[in-house]
Amino acid sequence: MKIRGSLRNNTLLGLGFALMMISLYLMFIYVPTEKGMGIIQRIFYFHVPLAWVAFLAFFVVFITSILYLWKRDTKWDTLAHASAEIGVVFTTLVLITGPIWARPEWGSWWTWDARLTSSLILWLTYIAYLLVRSFAEEEEKGARFAAVIGIVGFINVPIVYLSVNLWRTQHPPELVSDLEGSMLLTLLVSITTFTILYCLLIMRNVSLKSGIAEVKRLRGLLEE
Amino acid sequence: MINYLGKVMTIFFKDLLSEFRTKAVASSVLLFAILVIIIFNFAFESDSDTIGLVAPGVLWVTFTFAGVLSMNRTFVVEKEKGCLEGLMLCPVSRDVLYWGKMISSLVLMLIIEAVVFPIFLILFDLPLWMPRLAIVALLGTLGFASVGTLFSALAANTKARDMALPIIFFPVVVPVIIAAVKATDLILNSGTWHEMSSWLEILIAFDVIFLVVSALVFEFVIEE
Amino acid sequence: MSDDINDIKYAIEAKGLSKSFGGLFALKGIDLSINEGECVALFGPNGAGKTTLIKVLTTLSRPANGKVLIAGEDIKKNAVAVRRRIGVVSHQTFLYDNLTAYENLKFYGKMYDVPDLEQRIVDVITKVGLESRLRDRVGIFSRGMQQRLSIARAILHDPPIMLLDEPETGLDEQARSTLSELLKTLVAGNRTVLLTTHNLEWGFALADRLAILVKGKIVYEDSKQSLDMTTFRETYNRCVGARS
Repeated sequence: MKIRGSLRNNTLLGLGFALMMISLYLMFIYVPTEKGMGIIQRIFYFHVPLAWVAFLAFFVVFITSILYLWKRDTKWDTLAHASAEIGVVFTTLVLITGPIWARPEWGSWWTWDARLTSSLILWLTYIAYLLVRSFAEEEEKGARFAAVIGIVGFINVPIVYLSVNLWRTQHPPELVSDLEGSMLLTLLVSITTFTILYCLLIMRNVSLKSGIAEVKRLRGLLEE
Repeated sequence: MINYLGKVMTIFFKDLLSEFRTKAVASSVLLFAILVIIIFNFAFESDSDTIGLVAPGVLWVTFTFAGVLSMNRTFVVEKEKGCLEGLMLCPVSRDVLYWGKMISSLVLMLIIEAVVFPIFLILFDLPLWMPRLAIVALLGTLGFASVGTLFSALAANTKARDMALPIIFFPVVVPVIIAAVKATDLILNSGTWHEMSSWLEILIAFDVIFLVVSALVFEFVIEE
Repeated sequence: MSDDINDIKYAIEAKGLSKSFGGLFALKGIDLSINEGECVALFGPNGAGKTTLIKVLTTLSRPANGKVLIAGEDIKKNAVAVRRRIGVVSHQTFLYDNLTAYENLKFYGKMYDVPDLEQRIVDVITKVGLESRLRDRVGIFSRGMQQRLSIARAILHDPPIMLLDEPETGLDEQARSTLSELLKTLVAGNRTVLLTTHNLEWGFALADRLAILVKGKIVYEDSKQSLDMTTFRETYNRCVGARS
C-alpha cells in the first residue's frame, strides 16, 4: 500500500516535471510574441493558470469545509487547511504577476478593477481563514471556525465580483475565444501543468499535516 | 411558528432591556461614530465642492467601524457570566439564538444610526429629509448585522476577541460597503431610482443570502 | 419525542463516549449509567475532562463517538428534548448582571415555556431564599447569592435531571454549606443529579455513588455505602497519582 502510494506520487511528480519543462518551452520559445503588448504578454501564461489554481484551491476549501461540518471527520479539515494554504500562495503569485503585467500595459501597478479587487479580497479572506485557527483555544474549534469562513468567504466571491464589476472594470476580458492556436495550446498546457502541480502540493501538504497530527497523538500517548 | 418568533423576540427584548439599563454600548458607539465623522472632516478638508464626493464614503466608513464596535459587544456580554451557555441550554434550535441576536444587533445599530445620521447631515451641510437614504441604510445595516452576528459569535469564542472580528468581517462585507456607498452617492447627487436599482439589488441579494447562510452555520460557531 | 419516561431504566446513560480531535482524546470511551433519583459525584483533577463530559451530556459539545441517552432521548438526534429535561448549574452563573433577579428568571422561564411563570418564579426564589432580593440587579449580589439564584434558574422548568459542573468553585465555606443544603433538598425531590467537583469532602457528603475521572477515562466507580472518607481519599490519590 505504502509502496504503491509512493509509486503513484512519483509518477505524478515525473509527469508534473516533464509538463513543466514543456510549458516553459512553450511559454518562452515556442509561442510567438504578441504584437500589441510585446514580451510582457508572456506572463499571461503564468498569470492565468495561477489564478485558475487559486480558484480551484478555494473551491476545494469550500467543498471540504461543508463536508467537515457535516461529517466531523478530521480528514476533511486537513484537506481544507492544506488547500487553503496553497490557495493563498497562488493568490499571492497572482497578485504579484498581475501588476507586473499591468504596469507596462495600463501605466499603473494597480487599478481597482473587478478581478484585481476580487482577488485581493479573496486573498484577505483566506488569510483570515488561516489566522482564525491560531485564534481558537482548541484545535477543534479552530477547524470549525475556519470551515465557516471557508464557506461564507467562497459564497461571497460572486457577490464581490458583481459589485466591483458594476463599480469599475479595466481588466481585459477572457481572451480565450480569440486566442491564436499556438497561444491557446500554450495556455492549456500551462493550465494542465499547474493543476498537476496543485495536486502534487496538496498531497505533500496533507501528508505533512497528517504527520504533524500523528506526532501530536504519539506525544499525547507518551505523556500518559 | 408563533412560538419560534416568540423565543426570538424574548432574546431581543432581553438584550434591549439590558442595554436600556446601562446604555453602555449605545452611548460609547455613538460617541465613537461622531468622533470618526469629525476626524474625517479634518482629513478631507471638505468644502462645498468636495462634500458630494466624500460624504457617502465618510458615512459608511463611520457605520462600518461603529458596527464592528457594537457587534463585538453583543457577544462579549453573553460570554461574561457564561450566559451564552445558558442560552444554548434553552430548548430551542440554534437558529433561534441567531435570529434573536441578529435582531438585537440590527436594532441597536439602527438606533445609533438614527442619531448619527442627522448629525452627519448637519455637519456636512446636506438636506435633512432623505427618505431614500433610510432605505439604503436599512438594507446596508441588515447586511452588516447578518454576517456581523455570525462572526461576532465566532470572535467571542476566540482568544483574540476584539482583533478577530474586523479581520474576518471586513473582507466579507466589501459588497455591502461598495453598494451602500454608491447608492448613497447617487442619492446625494440626485440620481434616479433607476440608477440606484442595481445597487439596491446587490444589497438585497447579499442580505438574503447571508441571513440564510449565517442562520445555517451559526450552530458551528457557538458549539463548545 | 416521547414524554413517557416510565419504562426507561437510566436517567443518564452513556456508552463508549469519546471526544477527540486529530488523534488527541479529551474523553476516551466513557461508560456511565445513572439511575433515576440517584446522585453521582464525579471527581478528577483539572484537565481530566469533567467539564468536557458535562458539555457533551448537556448538548453544548458534540461527541466524536458513542451514544448518550438523557431521560431516554438521544443527545445527537433529539437535543432540544434533552435540553428540556436537564437543569445545569456551573461555576458560571449564566445570569445577566444588568437585569434583576426577576428579569433573569422571567427571561429563562419564557425560553423554557414554563407554565404559570409568575407563580413559579416566586416558588423557586423562595426555595433559594432570595425572595427579598427579587427586584435587585444581579450585578450587586454576592457570589454566593448569585450561585443560589443560578440554582433557581436551573430548577425553574422543573427538570428531572440536574447536571452540576463544579458549582462550589469560588464560594466561601458558608456559601458552600448553604449550597449543600440546597442540593440535598433537590436530590430529596427525587431528581437525578450528576455532580463534578475536585473538592473531595464536599462531593463525598452529597453523593450516593462516586466516580473518578482521570485523563478522559472513568478509572473508579463505586457506591458510597462501602466507603468512608479516608479510604476514598486514598483511592482518589492512588487513581490520580498512578496515572499522572
